[in-house]
Parts: sequence; C-alpha cells; structure tokens
Amino acid sequence: MKFLHRSLVSLTGQATTPEDAIQEAGELLVSEGSVQQGYVDAMVRSFKKNGPYIVLAPQIAVPHARPEDGAHESSISLVRYENGVVFGHTSNDPVKLVFALGATSSEEHLELLKRLTTLLSKEANVVKLLNATSYEDIEQILGGTTI
Amino acid sequence: MKVLTVCGLGQGTSLILKMNVESVLQSMGISGADVENTDVSSASSMNADFIITSQELSETLAGHSSTIIVVNNYFDEEEIKKALEPHVS
Repeated sequence: MKFLHRSLVSLTGQATTPEDAIQEAGELLVSEGSVQQGYVDAMVRSFKKNGPYIVLAPQIAVPHARPEDGAHESSISLVRYENGVVFGHTSNDPVKLVFALGATSSEEHLELLKRLTTLLSKEANVVKLLNATSYEDIEQILGGTTI
Repeated sequence: MKVLTVCGLGQGTSLILKMNVESVLQSMGISGADVENTDVSSASSMNADFIITSQELSETLAGHSSTIIVVNNYFDEEEIKKALEPHVS
C-alpha cells in the first residue's frame, strides 16, 4: 500500500487537458510499479465515457479504473496544477489537485480511501496542499498517516 | 432504508461517498440504513429509496424510480447532511 509517497507526488504538473492530467498522475503509479500502463489508459477511457464526475470536490479530481484493468498494489499519487485544468465539471472546475487511485479489490483499497477521505475532509489540509512548496510541506499534513 | 451511492465504475468515488454518507447518517442518529456503492449502469436496474451521486451522473439516472440526491463535494459532510436532511428526517 502506497499513500502519497515522495515518489508519487509532483507539485509541478505540466498537463493542460484532463486526459493528459490523468495520464501524468497515472504515470507516477506506473513508475512505482503499482499499476500497468493499461490501467492508466483505462482511467482515461473511463473519463471519456463517464465524464467529469471524478471531480469530487472543488479543485479535486480522483481518477481511477477497475482492479482488473491492471492494478497490482493499492496506491494513490498526486499531481498539482498551479494554473488548474478544466475538466468540464459544472461546479468544481478548475482542477488543481489530481489524485490518481490505483484501485485493488483488497481491504487495503478501503483503508487507502479512508486515508484520502480523512485528509481531504479538512478544508485546511486542502489549502495546505494547494500552497505547498515542497514535499516536506505535504509530509507535515500527512503526519503519521504516510505509509 | 436502502441507499445507493453511485459512480461510473462503482469502485472508487462511490465508495468514498458511501463512507461519508454512513458517517453523516450516523451523526444524524439514523440507524439501520443500508448503504451500498455501485456503478451507474447497475444502479439503473436496482431498487432503492435514495440514490446519491454527482450532478453529471444524476442526469444519466433521470427517470429512475428512486429519489435522486445530488452532492457536489463528496468530502463535505455538511453538504451531504444538508442534502439528506429534507429526505430522511
């Protein structure tokens, strides 16, 4: 289980379209060996098919696919876009924080979602993520919750 | 009371919503609610008292026999509570 490890966080996202942003956040999971490239492609397909519902809160998107699309390990990455990316959501655009979710069908998946929910339920944490200048700032919010 | 939380795949975001809806129902003192997460195509053929989902997916579910409740911020328990209150209390 990997939750926002240093190698899974980028504060300088380059993408300007939702498809590229999902790819960029997904690539962090691929390079860690958590998911296959096919899983990332499935995340993009799901976005194209189902639309921007993955923008779960103002400025926050949580793209994911199905475990059988090629996820090996429960994991979450983060890419931040300072200028925001327009996903086409009616009220939550533009997206500045993209959390790519490597979804498995294990108990760890549930545990990981709980951690993400606990983190993002606090508005102050979202503000800190938006303003973080280094991974250390993020580590501080995660406190003991980083795995 | 049967509640469905719905997302495109039924694996990720609907599970987040389920956890927060359960927590809100508990805080409202409502027990015995059965909250289940599922994907949008399964949901269209399922029966429930309420379906909770995003604006985007609610449009796909238009015409469903269940009462559809829209939530914009899945992490905001206050918003979820306000959305549920008129229906469950």
